[in-house]
Amino acid sequence: MTTAPTRYQIQVEGYQPFSCAPDQRVLVAMEQAFPIPLPGKARPLLVGCRRGGCGFCRVQVTSGQYRTDKMSVAHVTEEALAQGYALACCLYPDSDLTLRSAVEVKTRSGPKPAQTVET
Amino acid sequence: MAMTGVLRPGFIQLRVLDMATSIEYYQNRLGLNMVSTETDGRVYLKAYDEFDRHSVILRQAPEAGIDLMAFKVATDADLDHFRKRIEDWGLTVEEVAAGEQPGVGRRISFVLPSGHRIELYADIAMSENHPETHNPHMWRDEPRGMGVIRFDHALLYGPDIDKVCDFFVKALDFKLAEHVTLPDGLLAIWLTCSNKAHDIAFVKHENPGKLHHAAFLLEDWNQVGHAADIMVRHDISIDIGPTRHGITRGQTIYFFDPSGNRNEVFAGGYTYYPDNPTRSWDETQLGKGIFYYERALNERFLTVVT
Repeated sequence: MTTAPTRYQIQVEGYQPFSCAPDQRVLVAMEQAFPIPLPGKARPLLVGCRRGGCGFCRVQVTSGQYRTDKMSVAHVTEEALAQGYALACCLYPDSDLTLRSAVEVKTRSGPKPAQTVET
Repeated sequence: MAMTGVLRPGFIQLRVLDMATSIEYYQNRLGLNMVSTETDGRVYLKAYDEFDRHSVILRQAPEAGIDLMAFKVATDADLDHFRKRIEDWGLTVEEVAAGEQPGVGRRISFVLPSGHRIELYADIAMSENHPETHNPHMWRDEPRGMGVIRFDHALLYGPDIDKVCDFFVKALDFKLAEHVTLPDGLLAIWLTCSNKAHDIAFVKHENPGKLHHAAFLLEDWNQVGHAADIMVRHDISIDIGPTRHGITRGQTIYFFDPSGNRNEVFAGGYTYYPDNPTRSWDETQLGKGIFYYERALNERFLTVVT
């Protein structure tokens, strides 16, 4: 008999992986894993409102099982939801996840979250 | 100063993703009092020190953001007066029938060049739980949570804020208290119809109709710190602060409601008189203007909106 892992691995394509508990939101786990921006340890995701409204942490889940909270349809339509898009601040893992950043809103620092050091 | 015409911000209607968590937040964390839940699902709330029936309306919707913000005018005749001036300026005005919101009389409604719906009304019922008026205590019941005193102002993001500024000044008799102008033009405006440093503000943004924040007044700097303690205890998402604005001089903290709508609680700010000159900021000191202590903007200030 195997015991389910208490934390899953979250891999954002192009970045160092981090771990997330099943009852933890992926964006919050990311903030805890990358508490300060360090050279060579860029934050994989942008942090906006953390509550499903602004679209800053939009991702596409490319593999794995997950649950989501309610998210603003301005950023994740029903169709997009069916295609694996989600906001990382409303995303809970039920397995290891592979994500790809899919930010659509215009951010001051440009489309590459790796370049953002602001918390 | 005799305040006539547009008196003050009256109410704001916000879209929330989940009503139950939003009520818990606005009632028990921000400290608003529940007024009513109507058959169309909208929930009405007010701060403890407000006389009028309600100041915040929540509407459950699939998308967060702002439906409208309304200002109270002094008399019913003002509605006809401003209707003409608004139409002469070039906006289309619609009439909203009395009773569309419980206790509220007829409203006139129009959409700004920035994409925001703004309304004016003269009549609203007095709250059944209004502040005492004879030998009054500080409050009837101890304030809950952050204990906000009133809905105070909003900062809205959208295009064409130069036109928005012209409209508020020429059609509604607002004053421009402060502005930020960059080499490529006007970035932000703080407008007042009262003695406050701002009653509504706008920042230039490519997308119309966006909400940056809805702001609520606190008594003092200690209450801003107490609000921050509540935010951490209850895992409320903080944007920045406690800090201070160079612009308006308010002592502030920014945070997000359960739908990602930004809120502010703040204290202080200077007294504005209508003969005061407009204060101006440029790109060299913009960081200090927005966040006086940090002397730099954060990524989110100019970009995270609902």
